[in-house]
Amino acid sequence: MVVNSVHWFRKGLRLHDNPSLRESIQGAETLRCIYILDPWFAGSSSVGINRWRFLLHCLEDLDASLRKLNSRLFVIRGQPTDVFPRLFKEWKITRLSYEYDSEPFGKERDAAIHKLASEAGVEVMGRISHTLYDLDKIIELNGGQSPLTYKRFQALINRMDAVELPAETITSEVLKKCATPINDDHDDKYGVPSLEELGFETEGLTSAVWPGGETEALMRLERHLERKAWVANFERPRMNANSLLASPTGLSPYLRFGCLSCRLFYFKLTDLYRKVKKNSTPPQSLYGQLLWREFFYTTATNNSCFDKMEGNPVCVQIPWNRNPEALAKWAEGRTGFPWIDAIMTQLRQEGWIHHLARHAVACFLTRGDLWISWEEGMKVFEELLLDADWSVNAGSWMWLSCSSFFQQFFHCYCPVGFGRRTDPNGDYIRRYLPILRGFPAKYIYDPWTAPEDVQKVAKCIIGVHYPKPMVNHAEASRINIERMKQIYQQLSCYRGLGLLATVPANPNNGNNGSNVGGVNTGASHGSGASTDPSTQEAASRTERGQPVQKRRREEAQPESGAKSFKQSK
Amino acid sequence: MKRGLQGNEQEDGGGTSSGSQKTLKRSRKQRREKDLEGEGARWECLPQEILLHIFQYLPLLDRAYASQVCRGWNEAFHMPELWRCFEFELNQPASSYLKATHPDLIKQIIKRHSNHLQYVSFKVDSSRESAEAACDILSQLVNCSLKTLGLISTARPSFMEVPKSHFISALTVVFVNSKSLSSLKIDDTPVDDPSLKVLVANNSDTLKLLKMSSCPHVSPAGILCVADQCHGLRELALNYHLLSDELLLALSSERHVHLEHLRIDVVSENPGQQFHTIKKSSWDAMVRHSPKFNLVMYFFLYEDEFSPFFRDEIPVTHLYFGRSVSKDVLGRVGLNCPRLVELVVCANGLRPLDEELIRIAQRCTQLSAIGLGECEVSCSAFVEFVKMCGDRLTQLSIMEEVLVPDHRYGLDDIHWEVSKHLGRVWFPDMMPTW
Repeated sequence: MVVNSVHWFRKGLRLHDNPSLRESIQGAETLRCIYILDPWFAGSSSVGINRWRFLLHCLEDLDASLRKLNSRLFVIRGQPTDVFPRLFKEWKITRLSYEYDSEPFGKERDAAIHKLASEAGVEVMGRISHTLYDLDKIIELNGGQSPLTYKRFQALINRMDAVELPAETITSEVLKKCATPINDDHDDKYGVPSLEELGFETEGLTSAVWPGGETEALMRLERHLERKAWVANFERPRMNANSLLASPTGLSPYLRFGCLSCRLFYFKLTDLYRKVKKNSTPPQSLYGQLLWREFFYTTATNNSCFDKMEGNPVCVQIPWNRNPEALAKWAEGRTGFPWIDAIMTQLRQEGWIHHLARHAVACFLTRGDLWISWEEGMKVFEELLLDADWSVNAGSWMWLSCSSFFQQFFHCYCPVGFGRRTDPNGDYIRRYLPILRGFPAKYIYDPWTAPEDVQKVAKCIIGVHYPKPMVNHAEASRINIERMKQIYQQLSCYRGLGLLATVPANPNNGNNGSNVGGVNTGASHGSGASTDPSTQEAASRTERGQPVQKRRREEAQPESGAKSFKQSK
Repeated sequence: MKRGLQGNEQEDGGGTSSGSQKTLKRSRKQRREKDLEGEGARWECLPQEILLHIFQYLPLLDRAYASQVCRGWNEAFHMPELWRCFEFELNQPASSYLKATHPDLIKQIIKRHSNHLQYVSFKVDSSRESAEAACDILSQLVNCSLKTLGLISTARPSFMEVPKSHFISALTVVFVNSKSLSSLKIDDTPVDDPSLKVLVANNSDTLKLLKMSSCPHVSPAGILCVADQCHGLRELALNYHLLSDELLLALSSERHVHLEHLRIDVVSENPGQQFHTIKKSSWDAMVRHSPKFNLVMYFFLYEDEFSPFFRDEIPVTHLYFGRSVSKDVLGRVGLNCPRLVELVVCANGLRPLDEELIRIAQRCTQLSAIGLGECEVSCSAFVEFVKMCGDRLTQLSIMEEVLVPDHRYGLDDIHWEVSKHLGRVWFPDMMPTW
């Protein structure tokens, strides 16, 4: 029987460490590598121009690499459920391969496609290569639940089998028995589109700070390792002003799109460490970046509500403020706090910001100053940030807003002080907010405190050329820490005076904690739990099953009446 | 959709429609027969007290569904005991993601249950409408004799946007009618001195808890009036500008009960603000009168505003620095806070706090909780600190970036050392990296 293969690229945009592609080629007479472009995506505002440009770079790079192997990339417009039945027929496909996608939406989509494929008699091959481990095995090791804390996750990782070696790169040798039928009109029909074709305005667009593609990724990997070896220091580097700028050895966007295999990175790091330190066992901290990513994929894989507060069993229900005007100021870098605005400007212009910068702006938006929902911040990052995918973005936002994972909430990043300590001279501010260039270092982080003559000399009057600060940070943080404390006190049923003890202790075995976790769980926990995902669950749950005496106490939490009284199910 | 009850109750076909007598009789006969076979429960014979007890375990929505089952259960639903506690949640769709207490339910409560209410709180979102709605409800609670009242803004202080007179008159209704208020939480509201006088005039014998942080219309004289008259006051929360030597002396007077805790927020309105000092003798009087009292202080000041503080011994037990605090101030904390139980520092700056921490370990012998955010401590000093405190440290929350590796300890082995001295497994707090 003739085997005609289609390999479906989604992430994993690379030819190295691509086991599903490798297997697809085995024994196949023809191979076509496709990428499906959902035409609706381009129009939606949830993906910005930098992300699109990066993706197109990746696709062009893949196409170029495939060309060297006498093949091509086929970019197909449409929805997968429409595209595949057509292709199966047209190309007489008998085999479909793709890299396994652990995200809930991805699993659902792939299940639907799997069904279509079976109906058409097409063999489906999915292999894991976007994560270091098989996430289901990690979850199994944890008794069937995703680990809820990073420490728990680290402990599980220690017990897992070794990471699988990366699969060997696809070369012309590998493809020699397999052909790709290419027509003359390939470029018209299946070529990689341009930004203009997708409807973007490219006039005045500066060149990409982060060029996409596997070739670029592998080059960066080499540079990254070279730098590490030269420094011979595998500790986390101290933060300085330079760290804020885009690095030519930065790898996070490439990991997200799969231009760089995380397993390749893992093994290269391991080899380098062993060479330099002459030590057999690298510490877990060496793989920090990769393990955080893995952690968020693991916590998200079985939770389709992971990117929401409502109905999300791991998310604390917090009464965030709804304020589109304030949100817009934050998103567009008009808060009046230069540190925050510069970061958001860099994000919008380049598509990447340092992780401490992320902490600063996320804290400012949510629990620090504006008290706006992390979901809103997550959506903005989704649009602008190159390395933000569903699991990692949502998980990070929940973490940074102290909505999950049992985080202490006391350490608030000051939008003035934190920046000042990181970059005392203020060069970062001047680079991204040229309007403030004239301010001396003394005032550049809080220009509204500068005397009028300083502002005049700087040719920038606060309130006219640059906004006044949109909140009083001291007042806002005072209010907000009190809010967080109240919420966590309700969750942990802690009635003492300590601030640290209000955050419930980690659950013992990583189970989605009973009352200690105390978060909105819907029907699964506690007796008599209502299936109404109403957000008042958190408050009333802690009362459930408590003896009558407690209600008589003066400080008793009154019964919540917020659910709609006449609501029917 | 009907729900089964939680708890030990069997899930029987107990849910007949609110029924005709005939239906009930028939079921009674069926059940009698079942009873003879040793099965089934006789729901309709359940005494009201038991029903009440069970209903108290149900959240409101489930209780409401249960009340639709039959007349008997409907009566139980409206028993006064079930309406002692209520939390009104007032949210607008434009300013909140959360649902609000249904307006019909609010009407019902005011109509049928306002004289049953004893423990009431209002949670409002950031909109003025929600705060005004809360005031409207308060104004109608004329038959209420409340024991506790809490006005809680869950996002921004929206009560401050309500016209002051509207707020005051609503609050006055409660103060005048309750006469036995024991607990009052009115932080971030426009309460003023005259209304505090009304509070005192009617509730001085019963008031035990008063939380009024950030109430800008109250003066030190206003709060002093409360302290002078309400001798049962055990818990008090206010801003530093209301604190005075007189207040502390009033709280330590012979007629006054032992104070349990005092929470003080020290907030800077403008940079370079000057703060008054409290005499050491006033604090000493407090400690003599209430040796076990807890003093909780939250500081939100600029670094250079700390000069009046920690110059003398102060009996603070729980200390939080919400903004960057200097090495110098932390050094003074070590010297002058012998009763310190918890210390939480949001940020300090990039100079190691080694000496200061060691001194705190030496002098603050009650310290059992410490949290460090954006600070720096050398690993050796940190281990020394933990060694000195030993297992009295029940809460140790240190951001990973705080610990600076030195010749003795690196980041990978410090947690073992610390765990050893603490007597339990310990890791620093981590933040995600990309």
